[in-house]
Amino acid sequence: MRLHPTLAALRRHKTGVLLIALQVALTLAIVCNAVFIIAQRIERMERPSGIVESGLLHIEQQWLDAPRSDSAGAVEKLDVMQRTDLATLRALPGVQEVAASTSFPILGVIWSGQLTRSLTPGGLSVHVAYYYGDEQLRSTLGLHLLAGRDFTAGEILHRTIRGTAAAPLVIVDKPVADKLFPHGDALGKTIYQDGKPAVIIGIVGRLQTPRVSKWVAGWSYNSVLEPVRLDGSFVSYAVRVKPGQQKAVMREARKALFAVDPMRWMPRSWGIWPFSRMRARAYRGDRGMAVLMGAISLILLCVTAAGIVGLTSFWVGQRRKQIGVRRALGATRADILRQFQLENLFIVLIGVALGVVLALALNLWLMSRYELQRLPQLYLLAGVAVLLLLGQLAVFVPARRASTVPPVVATRSV
Amino acid sequence: MLGYYLSLAIRSLRRSPGLTALMVLTIGFGVGACMTTWSVFRAVSGDPIPAKSSKLFVPQIDTWGPADRSADGEPPDTLDYTDALALMRDHRATWQSAIYLVAPAVLPTDASRTPIPLSGFAVSGEFFPMLDVPFEYGSGWSQTDDARNAPVAVISAALNRKLFGGADSVGRTISMDGHDYRVVGVMKYWNPQPIFFDVVDTGAFGGDGPDVFLPFGTAIAADMQNAGSINCPKGRTPSAPGFAGLRRSVCVWISYMVELDDAAAVRRYRAYLDGYAREQRQLGRFDWAPDNRLRDIMAFLDHEHVVPGDTRVSMLVAIGLLVVCLVNTVGLLLARFLRRSGEIGVRRALGASRMTIVVQFLVEAFLIGAGGGLLGLLFTGIGVLGVGQVLPIYLAGLARVDAALLLESMSLAVTATLLAGCYPALRAACVAPAWQLKSQ
Repeated sequence: MRLHPTLAALRRHKTGVLLIALQVALTLAIVCNAVFIIAQRIERMERPSGIVESGLLHIEQQWLDAPRSDSAGAVEKLDVMQRTDLATLRALPGVQEVAASTSFPILGVIWSGQLTRSLTPGGLSVHVAYYYGDEQLRSTLGLHLLAGRDFTAGEILHRTIRGTAAAPLVIVDKPVADKLFPHGDALGKTIYQDGKPAVIIGIVGRLQTPRVSKWVAGWSYNSVLEPVRLDGSFVSYAVRVKPGQQKAVMREARKALFAVDPMRWMPRSWGIWPFSRMRARAYRGDRGMAVLMGAISLILLCVTAAGIVGLTSFWVGQRRKQIGVRRALGATRADILRQFQLENLFIVLIGVALGVVLALALNLWLMSRYELQRLPQLYLLAGVAVLLLLGQLAVFVPARRASTVPPVVATRSV
Repeated sequence: MLGYYLSLAIRSLRRSPGLTALMVLTIGFGVGACMTTWSVFRAVSGDPIPAKSSKLFVPQIDTWGPADRSADGEPPDTLDYTDALALMRDHRATWQSAIYLVAPAVLPTDASRTPIPLSGFAVSGEFFPMLDVPFEYGSGWSQTDDARNAPVAVISAALNRKLFGGADSVGRTISMDGHDYRVVGVMKYWNPQPIFFDVVDTGAFGGDGPDVFLPFGTAIAADMQNAGSINCPKGRTPSAPGFAGLRRSVCVWISYMVELDDAAAVRRYRAYLDGYAREQRQLGRFDWAPDNRLRDIMAFLDHEHVVPGDTRVSMLVAIGLLVVCLVNTVGLLLARFLRRSGEIGVRRALGASRMTIVVQFLVEAFLIGAGGGLLGLLFTGIGVLGVGQVLPIYLAGLARVDAALLLESMSLAVTATLLAGCYPALRAACVAPAWQLKSQ
């Protein structure tokens, strides 16, 4: 009975109804997927790296006068240079611990390879990132030793990255241990790193690989610590500072290293970085995508609300006489208000019904082309609720104006 | 007549400033979002060498065999040393060059200055004519220089400024990693994006352009190590240490590019590659059937996924936003035009044709579109500034506002609004004159 005048009115504005419904549908489809993209990016950005991040610095530099060859003499000289740097850094006040380290979680140089349990081809193989460093690497990064022991200073090898000497001992992180030895008995076992044997002497908690790109998807926590100081003209260090000393150490470390050997390249922009900046840089694209999707969603909702206000205002203007008649026949202000709100509810319902289908279709398409995951139903439900609410809020302004039309309008000839 | 429509349209737009502002704002937002994301997309998906991209090809040789192909069944995207040398030696294309990334440090002759780290490439002399590298002074080196591993170098304008104050330095000497090289050419600024000649090592974007180019053979002879990526098949890492070990291994680290001038040349080169693979099979180096690739530059960039997926997704979402804005505009224009049914009825009764009514309303839509376009320009400007702040570093410098972008924004706004105005204008033209008059 109450629905009747509403539907009758809508039939006279087919195009308008269709346009609003279409707009609602498109908005729902886009906003649901955009918000889902935002949620996924935030989840990605908040993944733990596995290390203690605060108070950690990364120093990266290149010796410009370093010997550039793999001859024994050159390698020896490079190693002396590196050990001098390490000693210099360790002597600085405010520094807690320093390690030789080629790689850094999230944003660093990555060396990767395959770990296997046996040499027979076709067996279980785990893709891992190798962290080359010295006996202080684990503790400097703040990795928790779950089982076994650290490397000792005497076990640390040194070579260039093109050297072929393989470490006989390794520390693996838990995901690697669990994948290779599902029964939890990885400690003390021999594994093969690209065909070269090594014994697992320690297991640490998970450690994120030095990359966040698509390439590492599926093995982003498979990391292995290698007792190898890599010699080369590019060398980097991990430094853990005492609380509150970060700025001072960054300043002093640069000064001290240049005092030891001025022939090095250590740009102000990335020579010494707090870990927090590396994290921000690595995830900058994800944050940007989230910001962009957020901005577009917000604009979409505003545009849709504005569209509803605009068209409903027009209908109210057109139907003033009809409203007056209804009022004269005894309809209360609340009845008129309810009529428009019901009308809007009806239109938006058509829109969201279409929108849910569109949202799922868009999601499927994004899944097939851009590796988005399946849209959880929660997002659809929330999207439907938001649009219904948005419609009701948007229609309220013109509907209230409609309800103030006096009954006497009915008697006027415009 | 158009002047009259314009004054009518302006009067009408003034009559409901709220609705006008709403439509202009809607179009502005839609156009702004679209053009902002487009500015990024066009930067990363552009053709880096339009005049020649269809003639430049990247050969890929199936050096590793079926067991070590990537997940999508593709052979490696760079070459190992053996294959790169063989292709250079056979010299079957118009131009060809092996390319590898080097990072030498230059020692300025003036003793007070510290070494300068450089980024450059070891290439063959044919690289320069093949890629139309522009020169300020001198030129690339000759085939003779390549053949005898001459210690020559081509340097960038920036390095030339740093070392020689920007003077014509051809014939002067620079010292890199303990070896002296004679400058034969100084490039003009050259930094094509994407960096199509070595996508695998450079990640395709960023940087200020290469500082130096050296002859491939010279760099190898000087033991100038590869500064780019090295990919080895599973369990087949170099068996000997050092750069020499890498050269003897099956690890791939050398980019390669050839120029083939017509379809027949491409066919011949394909046949040559397969012949080469068959020959290697006979020699016992490969034991599988040839499975090579020869892609032109744009296809190769596509194969390397140079355009980040995010860029496409954001542009699609922004286009979605524009569509919603247009649907919205259709609705608002409809409301706006039909509200004036009375006026239309009078004009029609006084003899105005349907066409006249349509044109009149399209003029109004045009004005709204132009207003939306102006606002869209502003939003695009703000958007490009903002998007530069949040893009990954390597892309951040690429999104630019230029005349073409502004022109595109404006025409997008006007065209879109005119399209959106068509249906409402046609509807308005259908208002029957008699009925409107009667109801007055």
